[in-house]
Amino acid sequence: MSRWSVWIWPLGIFTVIVVFLGVGLTLNPREVPSPLINKPAPPFELPQLHAQDKTFSQKDMAGKVWLLNVWASWCASCRDEHPVLIELAKSGKVPIYGLNYKDKRPDGIAWLNRFGDPYVLSAYDVQGRIGIDYGVYGVPETYVIDKAGVIRFKQIGPVTPEVLNEKILPLVAKLNG
Amino acid sequence: MRNYLFLLIFLLTLIAPLQAAPTAQGTPEGNLDQRVQRIAEELRCLVCQNQSLADSNADLAIDLKNQVREKLKQGASEKEVINFMTERYGDFVLYRPPLKATTMLLWFGPALLLIGGLIMLYRRLRARVAAVTDPELSADDRARAAALLEGKMDNGSDDKKSGGKARRR
Repeated sequence: MSRWSVWIWPLGIFTVIVVFLGVGLTLNPREVPSPLINKPAPPFELPQLHAQDKTFSQKDMAGKVWLLNVWASWCASCRDEHPVLIELAKSGKVPIYGLNYKDKRPDGIAWLNRFGDPYVLSAYDVQGRIGIDYGVYGVPETYVIDKAGVIRFKQIGPVTPEVLNEKILPLVAKLNG
Repeated sequence: MRNYLFLLIFLLTLIAPLQAAPTAQGTPEGNLDQRVQRIAEELRCLVCQNQSLADSNADLAIDLKNQVREKLKQGASEKEVINFMTERYGDFVLYRPPLKATTMLLWFGPALLLIGGLIMLYRRLRARVAAVTDPELSADDRARAAALLEGKMDNGSDDKKSGGKARRR
């Protein structure tokens, strides 16, 4: 009994520590759980990127399931996800609205002209205030907002085909269904 | 000449904070700076996660500091500002995580480990002390020890006897 316990204790403690560290290592520290999930999307009314004299508000989307994608021309990984968004826009499965975050208007427009524009329209958040309201800290970020205007999902970082097919599209289908 | 210039600049840099201090304390603006600083030290920069907002010069950190300043100017309390941030970025934004059911282990884990370690150490030391304590010598043992010391050891039956004793102990 005593000979066993000499070994079992350190081994047990070691195993526990390894499990904790192992879980810690596989977590992505950049994925901060958003407190906004299942909360109403923060209200905003912003000028549009293209049509400066028109505004866009989350209220305009009441009754629809839609994506809000935070992007900027200075954001390198936005370019990575861009083809995915273009494809999604073509498929017509869910409308994508852009939040052009802390960008210069001509830069943003030029970027869309160059790489294609998957957005129904983009709101222009030059000061990044609405970004803060939405808890944005790493562009790109994408929100799935339901018919009642509640945020149901948030993707931090680029939308990959996997994320789109395994998380976003099934969720959109469920919310629409 | 050049050395004097350097010395002068050096001395001026020493004086600079002294000059800044009275204005910083005197005006409400100065108080505001201190309050912004105090809050910024409590909040995590989300872009560079091991820095506080106060330490960080990341774009977002600067925006958030401005937001803190603005809220304070509008008359928000420090608690309200902290709440404003946690509503948007979650508890993660706090350098001092709040005490709740999910953070119990985080808060008390180290103390538990310490207490557990101390208990184990205590028991081990007690066991060691018990093992090391001199056994009482019987009159027989004493006589044998004395005989050994005098070099009059007899390799006969006595040896077997003492062997038996040792095993009994």
